[in-house]
Amino acid sequence: MEYVQAPATISQANILCCTCGVPIPPNPANMCVACLRTQVDISEGIPKQVTVNFCKQCERYLQPPATWMSCALESRELLSLCLKKIKSSMTKVRLIDAGFLWTEPHSKRIKMKVTIQKEVMNGAILQQVFVVEFVIQYQMCDDCHRVEAKDFWKAVVQVRQKTSHKKTFYYLEQLILKHKLHQNALNIKEMNDGIDFYYSTKQHAQKMTDFLQCTVPCRSKTSQRLISHDIHSNTFNYKSTYSMEIVPVCKDNVICLSPKLAQSLGNMGQVCVCVRVTSTIHLIDPNTLQIAEVDGGTFWRYPFSSLCSPRQLEEFIVMDIDVLRNQKLGAGAGIRSNKHLLAELWVQKTSEMDGQQYHCRTYLGHLLNIGDLVQGYDFVNSNINDEHLNKMKPHAIPDVVLIKKCYDRNRRSKRRNWKLHEMDRDREGMAPNDERQYEDFLEDLEEDEALRKNINIYRDASKVAVESDTDEEGAPRVSLAEMLEELSLTDATGEDGAEMMTE
Amino acid sequence: MAVRASFEKNNEIGCFAKLTNTYCLVAVGGSENFYSVFEGELSETIPVFHASIAGCRIIGRMCVGNRHGLIVPSSTTDQELQHIRNSLPDAVRVQRVEERLSALGNVIACNDYVALVHPDLDRETEEILADTLKVEVFRQTVAEQVLVGSYCAFSNQGGLVHPKTSIEDQDELSSLLQVPLVAGTVNRGSEVIAGGMVVNDWCAFCGLDTTSTELSVIESVFRLSDAAQPSAIATTMRDSLIDSMA
Repeated sequence: MEYVQAPATISQANILCCTCGVPIPPNPANMCVACLRTQVDISEGIPKQVTVNFCKQCERYLQPPATWMSCALESRELLSLCLKKIKSSMTKVRLIDAGFLWTEPHSKRIKMKVTIQKEVMNGAILQQVFVVEFVIQYQMCDDCHRVEAKDFWKAVVQVRQKTSHKKTFYYLEQLILKHKLHQNALNIKEMNDGIDFYYSTKQHAQKMTDFLQCTVPCRSKTSQRLISHDIHSNTFNYKSTYSMEIVPVCKDNVICLSPKLAQSLGNMGQVCVCVRVTSTIHLIDPNTLQIAEVDGGTFWRYPFSSLCSPRQLEEFIVMDIDVLRNQKLGAGAGIRSNKHLLAELWVQKTSEMDGQQYHCRTYLGHLLNIGDLVQGYDFVNSNINDEHLNKMKPHAIPDVVLIKKCYDRNRRSKRRNWKLHEMDRDREGMAPNDERQYEDFLEDLEEDEALRKNINIYRDASKVAVESDTDEEGAPRVSLAEMLEELSLTDATGEDGAEMMTE
Repeated sequence: MAVRASFEKNNEIGCFAKLTNTYCLVAVGGSENFYSVFEGELSETIPVFHASIAGCRIIGRMCVGNRHGLIVPSSTTDQELQHIRNSLPDAVRVQRVEERLSALGNVIACNDYVALVHPDLDRETEEILADTLKVEVFRQTVAEQVLVGSYCAFSNQGGLVHPKTSIEDQDELSSLLQVPLVAGTVNRGSEVIAGGMVVNDWCAFCGLDTTSTELSVIESVFRLSDAAQPSAIATTMRDSLIDSMA
């Protein structure tokens, strides 16, 4: 029996290239590669010279339409940026490879070697390598432009508070930092009695004012100035100003309410202490422990002002204390604070130890013991001019209003193992920050939990950690659980990067 | 002699003409340019005439024929058939066939002695083919393409086949056809050989895109350059003439 052997391989006949006559194996175009290349240029339509915008100031490249990227020469990021530049013209070809050719760094030229494939003439796939030259053109980026043109803003939010003490501002700063509202501000400038926030658009400024209106009691006024306008297209170019005035009352201020307001707040005493300013003013009557909240609208209708500045605080020593419980309130009285304890006490100024003793009532009964130091205002020996206080009967005015218990300041600040972030702002022409006021604010935070729950407190890694929320002296402290770990970016060596703390 | 032509800017002239050794059918076009190319080359020796099949101009793909006869599809109207009969020489037989694969030009390739046909062609058609055209019929493929009528063109002198035809296939086909074959292209690399050209024993017409390389391949394989010369009688045919006279 014989087997017919099938041909093992099918040998392909050569044909002549249809243009030059060179024998070639048949391909879909039936043309040799050289001829095919003369017939079709698959890189046709792909620009061989492209401009790339580069900001000289911040050394970033423009990624159209509006992103600026910093990328090193011959980096992957730069390659993708360059490829995106010619991407629109490469829709009909397949990108096989791309890489940089070395160019002198100062030549303002980037050369990219691109390999592409394309199907030509009934299915023949042609591959081609070519070089695209990118010309670096300088263009200032928006950010740098804003920096250069110093007043490139469209809207400004002017936040003002007419007080000698900036406690509310420190609190506001922390709120703004927490909600990251400072990020789209072009510039933040510290002014007398306040801060200015500059914005590139009206919307950002509006957002800021909305935020302020729901976080602090304030009133706002909007105005706009016409910069230019085009009668043909009916476009107007305005600069808007939002003036925000925060109520001029801070924590630990003593105020005198108008009789009408005092009555409407539940027959409060007219002389009250402001214990906290959040979105409302929190008041407490030191004689009855009665508390009330006054919002911005009410305040501007029945304005009251601080009777004494914190500079007038004097130090008293407690000579005798008598805690009052079950004190009856009159009919129609408002609610009483259950965090405080009413006490009657005799105090004496530490500055004149053999002098007069004063009798007063205070809401600090839960904190004070005989011999403790306490800060307060002396009404007997001070000359206060206030519209409402002057009309009050002399016997209704307290001799001394105690505000808070004294602790050892230096010790407290030494033991403080937390810190706050600060907003970068322009302090041009301003007096340096009052360290004492800032210290006051930090102490307030330690003493008032309700205040610090709204803000971010960061652990200060340079101090040792604490366990308890009071120290041995009894001064309140911030517990570790309330602190955040700060994000610190350091490089592998850990030395140089230590300064690069970011928010 | 190979000539370039185009039918109304279309290079696929094999669709619009049918050329054999005894007659030439040309499609009815908008202008007479295409017709006049054929007339100028052929009118002294064979009849060149306009024709249509089933109202179509693509007569080259619809019909098949050689020196002995012409086969047209069943869709040909009586009037058209009558016109073709009147125009053809008396010795040429015209036959209408009932064939499912009605584009006969695409499924049948033939010269005066041999025909290659689509493997699925009707037995009956095959018989009519053998009778009318007086050819030996082979069911074959060219480069694994069943449309043998489209992918190859051959005369009694030689043949051009699809460029992807392997050497083994070429050997097999040329032993069937008894003519030399070569793989090649027309119309600047087109592999639809019969679509791009028509050929008989002394003349070939190609699409206007056909390159000089392709023309030289065509002229050499169909022996158009020398066979048509009268002096050929004294050189190539000398031996056989002497043999026959002796």
